[in-house]
Amino acid sequence: MAKVRDGRSCIRYKCGLINTIQDVLRQRPNWVEVKDDEEWDFNWCDVGWLRENFDHTYMEEHVRINHFRNHYELTRKNLMVKNLKRYQKNLERDFGRTEAARCDFFPSTFALPSEYHLFVEEFNRSPGSTWIMKPVGKSQGKGIFLFRKLKQIMDWKKDSSRSEEQKDVENYVAQRYIENPYLINGRKFDLRVYVLVTSYVPLKVWLYRDGFARFSSTRFSLTTIDDKYMHLTNVSVQKTAPDYNPEKGCKWQMQQLRRYLTAKHGREMIETLFKEMDNIFVRSLQSVQKVIINDKHCIELYGYDILLDQNLKPWLIEVNASPSHTHSSQEDYDMKYRLLEDTLNVVDMEGRLTGKEKRVGGYDLMWNNGPVYREDVNLQTFGSLCFTANTHLGCVNDREKQLCQLLKPFPPQRKL
Amino acid sequence: MEDGSEFSQSVAQIVQRLRGSSLHSQLERQAKDCLHRPEIKLESLKEDVRNFLKTSGWEKKLQNAVYRELHVSVYLGSAAETPSRLPLISPQLPTCRPKAPAEHLKEPLAYMRKAQASWEKRVLKSLNSMSTELEVPLARKRPAAEQKELANKWNEMGTDEPDLSRFRPVYAPKDFLEVLISLRNPNHDSCEDVSTRSHWGLIQVPLNVRDVPQLRKAYSELSLSMGQLGIDDVGNIHPDLFEGDYVHVGKKVVAEQDSAAAQQYSRRGCPTGLRADLWALILNSTNQPQDVMHYEQLKAGVIQHGLLVDNLVYKDVKLTASNDDYYFVFEDFLYQVLLCFSRDTAVLEHFKYNSATPPKSFVHGELQRTAFVLFFFAVHLFETSACCPNRPDCCLCSVPRG
Repeated sequence: MAKVRDGRSCIRYKCGLINTIQDVLRQRPNWVEVKDDEEWDFNWCDVGWLRENFDHTYMEEHVRINHFRNHYELTRKNLMVKNLKRYQKNLERDFGRTEAARCDFFPSTFALPSEYHLFVEEFNRSPGSTWIMKPVGKSQGKGIFLFRKLKQIMDWKKDSSRSEEQKDVENYVAQRYIENPYLINGRKFDLRVYVLVTSYVPLKVWLYRDGFARFSSTRFSLTTIDDKYMHLTNVSVQKTAPDYNPEKGCKWQMQQLRRYLTAKHGREMIETLFKEMDNIFVRSLQSVQKVIINDKHCIELYGYDILLDQNLKPWLIEVNASPSHTHSSQEDYDMKYRLLEDTLNVVDMEGRLTGKEKRVGGYDLMWNNGPVYREDVNLQTFGSLCFTANTHLGCVNDREKQLCQLLKPFPPQRKL
Repeated sequence: MEDGSEFSQSVAQIVQRLRGSSLHSQLERQAKDCLHRPEIKLESLKEDVRNFLKTSGWEKKLQNAVYRELHVSVYLGSAAETPSRLPLISPQLPTCRPKAPAEHLKEPLAYMRKAQASWEKRVLKSLNSMSTELEVPLARKRPAAEQKELANKWNEMGTDEPDLSRFRPVYAPKDFLEVLISLRNPNHDSCEDVSTRSHWGLIQVPLNVRDVPQLRKAYSELSLSMGQLGIDDVGNIHPDLFEGDYVHVGKKVVAEQDSAAAQQYSRRGCPTGLRADLWALILNSTNQPQDVMHYEQLKAGVIQHGLLVDNLVYKDVKLTASNDDYYFVFEDFLYQVLLCFSRDTAVLEHFKYNSATPPKSFVHGELQRTAFVLFFFAVHLFETSACCPNRPDCCLCSVPRG
């Protein structure tokens, strides 16, 4: 049995993925990998394993696993929208339209075919608009296409090449396409942001300072909606585009993007933008708070995809439960390594934290059963109206320095 | 410090340069228009108009313009003035000597002049032979269809994919480096002993640079005891300790629209959100209607006449900017700026104090002096900046990187 609290014994881990996380776990002092049937204290699994094994796995109190059992309430496109719509309706009922308007960050979306008629109504209300069809369960841009005429969906439904997906005909969403994305030198991009949830009830959320912007390799134009490569910014799709240059990643670090936007639009406007993004993260999690099975063994690292439009309004595109840990460059690898290392620091199997920290490495505590502020609220500051959120997305990530100050060093590693 | 006669000469020179400028006419108009205002009294007319110009911000504009001229006029010495340019290299000529020719004032060192002339000839020859070989004229009038197309995609020239494989660079960086390395001061005996000194670097021309105490004095704003952006505003340092106040001061500088203050302020860093405004102030570049008109004229020039170097510019930007993760942002702007820049006759003023000759070409008998300005500007920029690190008027030096 591993004694976790005193940090003198080792922590047994299981890891189902072969990418950056393997390196992070292997290089963590006093963590040892276990074989298939052995007991583990920490499991970094893929969602397939979770689905098959979670329900018949007994976990002791100290054990941790990297997914919530029904994470798909947030990460499957149709369920996410369902939960958000319900949450928004409840807000309007309880607090009025202004409060509900704070949820206007997701584009009009309809599950098909169950909401087909509602979709057609909305479609006809906005003639000439562009829509995007997405399979709910797939990732990496597979099966996505754009359309402007209902005829195009009819054709698609009849298309025999889709025969193997006939039974998945339930699992599509039609979403209003954002036709005025914010462009940088004519190129569209989206943002990947990392959000760590260590508990849903009470809701405890950490926001990572690093992230990145993924650029399309070709210029944006509405006239060629057949060009798959231009509209989709997933790295996986971009990798197959004909003029893709594998040496250049078309990725910007979040810090670079924030600096660019600040230089272009001024500090205040961009601080507002990032505040609105904080709002997206918190509210999307609140919308599934009552639905997710809040098992205390579970934590989850989400990859949020955000798109900016020309008015600098952020839109929630989707939430990923298994954000890719494969890397497209050394820079990318380093960032994901830091992210995963800090995730393990927050989970704190070694018991080195007090539990009162507002920052651990590159993670800032964004929500702890209520908003978390940078300023320490005490009697003196209580009267002040000037509270800033404790989030630093796209800001300097001097995590090593902070970790040195925060944590006791690891005990000397035992040779195996 | 300059003595009385030199000072009044500088003043006269600056007045001369500002007279007839658009700022001058704007000031006159403002002065006239304000006469009907209630606070302008006949008995104290001069005083009141001055005050009005002060409070309405026009005096500040004049101040910025004068400040700008001060920098430029230092280099635009008339023949009678003792050249104070290149103080570190050229000897001070005593005023009793006969007047030196203008060329000698721009570049007093004979060996430099010779090297410049031979380099110019070489580049020009390369360009001319490229023109003959490819059968592309140095300058030509664009056919109407081409003009229309160019006008249509002016804002996204990066989308164009012309075949420029025939165009080679006019010179390779290696060629230029060889020329620089081979520069020798005939008065400096450097071949005698193979000491460690002769192996310190590639450049053999002795360059007088500041020593550490002088650098410390010149860049005193970067001393350890002073706060700076990029160092004292990151991580765990509380914004109240430096950043908050510094940004606050920056906002005031921008509000005051004071060019000299902006330059002084930026020595300790520009806050990202204020950078654009501060640099516009430092360069005293405004978006007056006449500036817009000037730009439109240059743009029309680009559209109407194509130059051989346009292809080289396009190819260079395409190769460098479009493939780079960070510079791709500026790709379209670079085309617009560089193509217009190479037709801007205002740049020819640079040759009043820089010893180069803008080559000429003829298009249907019209003198096209602007064609290769850009190239030579870059070449001489290197030479001058190597010798004089303090050339604030060189806008290429001043362009913020990244």
